[in-house]
Amino acid sequence: MNLLEILIALPAAGFLVTLFIPRKQEHLTRSFTLIVSLLAFVLSLGLVTGFETGKPGQQFVDNVVWIANPDIHWHVGIDGLSLWLIILSTFLTPIAILVSWRYIHKQVREFFAFLLLLEFGLIGVFAAWDLFLFYVFWEVVLVPMYFLIGIWGHDRRIYAAVKFFLYTMAGSVLMLVAIIYLYTLAGTFDYATILDLFRSGRIGLSHTEETLLFLAFFVAFAIKVPLFPLHTWLPDAHVEAPTAGSLMLASVMLKMGTYGLLRFCIPLFPVAARENASWINVLAIIGIIYGALVAMVQPNMKKLVAYSSVSHLGFVVLGIFSFTQMGLDGAVYQMLNHGISTGALFVLVGMMYERRHSLAIKDFGGVATAAPWLATIFLITTLASIGLPMLNNFVGEFLILQGVAQAKFAWTAFAAIGVILSACYMLWMYQRVFFGTQGKEPGETVKHHMPDFNVREWLCVVPLVVMMVWMGIVTQTFLPAVSATDASILDQAGTASALARPPVPPTGGITHGGSLHAR
Amino acid sequence: MPVSFAPSSTDLLRFAPETILTIAGTLLMVLDPLFARRFPRLFGHLSIAALVAAIFAAVAAGSVPGLAFSNLLIVDGFGTYFRVLVLCIGILAVLSSYRYLEREQAETGEYHALVLFSIMGQCVMVTANDLIMIFIGLEISSIASYVLAGYLRNDKRNNEAALKYFLLGSFATGFLLYGVAIVYGLTGTTQLSAIRAAMNNPSTSLMVAGVAAALMFVGLCFKVSGAPFQIWAPDVYQGAPNPVSAFMATGPKAAAFAIFLRIFLTAFDRIAVTWAPIVWFCALASMTIGNFAALKQNNLKRMLAYSSIAHAGYILVALASDSEIGTAAAMFYLAAYALMNLGAFAVIIYISGKGEKHLRIEDLAGLSQRQPFTAAMMTVFLLSLIGVPLTGGFFGKFYIFRAALDSHLIWLSVLGLLNSAVAAYYYLRLLVVMYMHEPGEVTNALEAPGPALQAALVLPAIGTFFLGILPGTVLTFAQAASSFVK
Repeated sequence: MNLLEILIALPAAGFLVTLFIPRKQEHLTRSFTLIVSLLAFVLSLGLVTGFETGKPGQQFVDNVVWIANPDIHWHVGIDGLSLWLIILSTFLTPIAILVSWRYIHKQVREFFAFLLLLEFGLIGVFAAWDLFLFYVFWEVVLVPMYFLIGIWGHDRRIYAAVKFFLYTMAGSVLMLVAIIYLYTLAGTFDYATILDLFRSGRIGLSHTEETLLFLAFFVAFAIKVPLFPLHTWLPDAHVEAPTAGSLMLASVMLKMGTYGLLRFCIPLFPVAARENASWINVLAIIGIIYGALVAMVQPNMKKLVAYSSVSHLGFVVLGIFSFTQMGLDGAVYQMLNHGISTGALFVLVGMMYERRHSLAIKDFGGVATAAPWLATIFLITTLASIGLPMLNNFVGEFLILQGVAQAKFAWTAFAAIGVILSACYMLWMYQRVFFGTQGKEPGETVKHHMPDFNVREWLCVVPLVVMMVWMGIVTQTFLPAVSATDASILDQAGTASALARPPVPPTGGITHGGSLHAR
Repeated sequence: MPVSFAPSSTDLLRFAPETILTIAGTLLMVLDPLFARRFPRLFGHLSIAALVAAIFAAVAAGSVPGLAFSNLLIVDGFGTYFRVLVLCIGILAVLSSYRYLEREQAETGEYHALVLFSIMGQCVMVTANDLIMIFIGLEISSIASYVLAGYLRNDKRNNEAALKYFLLGSFATGFLLYGVAIVYGLTGTTQLSAIRAAMNNPSTSLMVAGVAAALMFVGLCFKVSGAPFQIWAPDVYQGAPNPVSAFMATGPKAAAFAIFLRIFLTAFDRIAVTWAPIVWFCALASMTIGNFAALKQNNLKRMLAYSSIAHAGYILVALASDSEIGTAAAMFYLAAYALMNLGAFAVIIYISGKGEKHLRIEDLAGLSQRQPFTAAMMTVFLLSLIGVPLTGGFFGKFYIFRAALDSHLIWLSVLGLLNSAVAAYYYLRLLVVMYMHEPGEVTNALEAPGPALQAALVLPAIGTFFLGILPGTVLTFAQAASSFVK
């Protein structure tokens, strides 16, 4: 068992133990899950220190047979791409627990247990190197989030939870068909082996096969991202989820989609990916502008942040499908940035909801006088979110736009509109919420309902703000590992398409369902 | 050649599970007048003991594989697998019957005897090597199930279910028998491997064989409640006593699928090109009808009935793939399906109350707050029915669709898996009600489940996880057993 596996097992063990804590011991439950998640975070830092940047392939690998026939392996490992997404998951889980400390009153034990189960699934998704294992974790993540939204959400929580589940499920069954289809060709689920088989030309796909398989994977990931027009589950799920749910959903779970695109779609089906890039990019740009415009007219703060996610994730997809080193670097960086800054926005909005039991912008006003620290932190987060230089989003958006410009300048021009619009909707919301004097009732001010941060809340927001600044200035901490991985992904996509793989029909050497063990 | 009718000792060993069940069943009926008043639970204990003994006997018989009773029976891995499966189903069904029978004040030896006889018939079915033996086993199993469906004589719904099941069931058996007759007329034998050999004879008319196969297909498709012969299932499952519905949806179905696979992959293997497209269609129709009809149901038993039609469709996909992997996948799926379905039915037995008054979906409201343990178990079964990874239901579906893709049934796989996404909706409704609604009258009045019912919940849950996390053990056995004696 290496460090990575301990890190995967820890939240799972924590989940099981939490279920056996007596129902009355609510404080013990909270503290226990917090300790487990902090421990997981500390362990995950060990991944950073032990990680050798630039070393090709995965690190912290373990590969043992899980099921002999069909050939399914417990194959986990990390590279520069998964490393930081795992860190993001372990970094945000303690914050999600802290945020929920007072907010959750009913079924406390189950709530915190589900958060740990979610963390287990997320780490697993990013660490899996076996397609089957990846699918398992992909689905495992779905269950706790379904319950988090459905049990502890707001008024329309049930509708949102079911919609969330069904959308994701519909996408992932298509992916399952594609995964099994790949297995019937390759005789293994092991991702690295399949890639090798493709690259050496021992198995090949006809053009139609490749396009269909690409689409099957792509739709599953695009729903998760979510890419316009598959985004409609997102505003519902985000708005109805409890704060911790929105935080984990926006910050990490959406990244499962973009991660999948980068990890699987492009290296496995490079030709199809390039061929379909143009309409995907058009959808991404529509998403950027549409998300921003819809965000602008939202009367509800949480919904505004939710639509801003559609817009931000459009940038990430655009960066990925630019097929340039800078575009990919920016996309991955933006995945992390969005996790931090949008996560922080959800946390702050959640805190304001706890104070005033409303999410409507019109119910606030003049918060800055009542709670200056809250206003300051919110402002920093807002500025980070709209991409102010020295803060994190600037780096990501800049790299994406630069990379996309190398591919096609017109895309950059349209996407940049999104940057401008994001400044409009975010600052306008900030102005209406934090300045002015409008209260819930005419003549009432928010002053009496708006205490400033308490210690626990400081503990939630400070790490996030620190990360915003850190990622905005010291990009060297993160980018080298990411860049190296992106280069290898581009290499896989590039060489394969340069060779323009001839359609090789499966020959006698490859038995269907087979016993081919090419290692 | 003079035939010796004295069975050898190996023959008797190979037939031991059936012998044990017959003796135990008869004994229960004899003991009924003596102990029904004083020790009503005795019968349940005895039948569980008999079933456990039969499992040991089945395993022992499986260790000496071969033919028995002048080639009428065949004890192979396939038969042993299904014997153990139906016996396990029997144990779980009996465990979940305790509370139900006590509540309805209907604890008799007769009930348990009928369950044992039905299982005995299923054991004969799954090890039969001859169409006549298959027919006899099917009749033993079915007649006992007809009676069980109407077990509570004074209940109108029970009577309706029994009558409907009996009339339609006998009709279907007639089709099957007609098919057997044609096969005999065509080939001069009723033994499966001999039929197979005769089929390969160029002088055999494949068209007549096709007609025979079609007739038998109708009979078997009825027994497994596959579309378009599924109409009876919702009414019968809804009307029959709750534990009996659980039993009928799993035991007879598993056995019927076993003979379905055995007949079509042994005797009619030669004409697979003819029947495979029909199975393809029936599989898709079963999945679609089952899942879409289940969306609209508000009665828990009826919903599970439609869901069982859909699951029959998934298993028909495995049959349509016409391969050893497909057979192994069907075997695995039947085990996973039996566990999750019996578990879900046990929860329904638990909440339904005397006279099965509480069967609406809303009656589960807030179960997680009042009986968190039961709700958690139900969650496991529902997630498995949906097909979420780490449960047996997921691996079952996965193997089936893998077999289907292996046989290039791409569209059937895509449509089947999309179907499973539709199915997620109605299973989720139960989760929603259990976890996201406030407790109602029904859940407030519930008492904690007794030990038997707890066992009936925990054992399938453990099994579901076992099949989901370590499917290798069962699957290896299924794969080894899936090659028929040809």
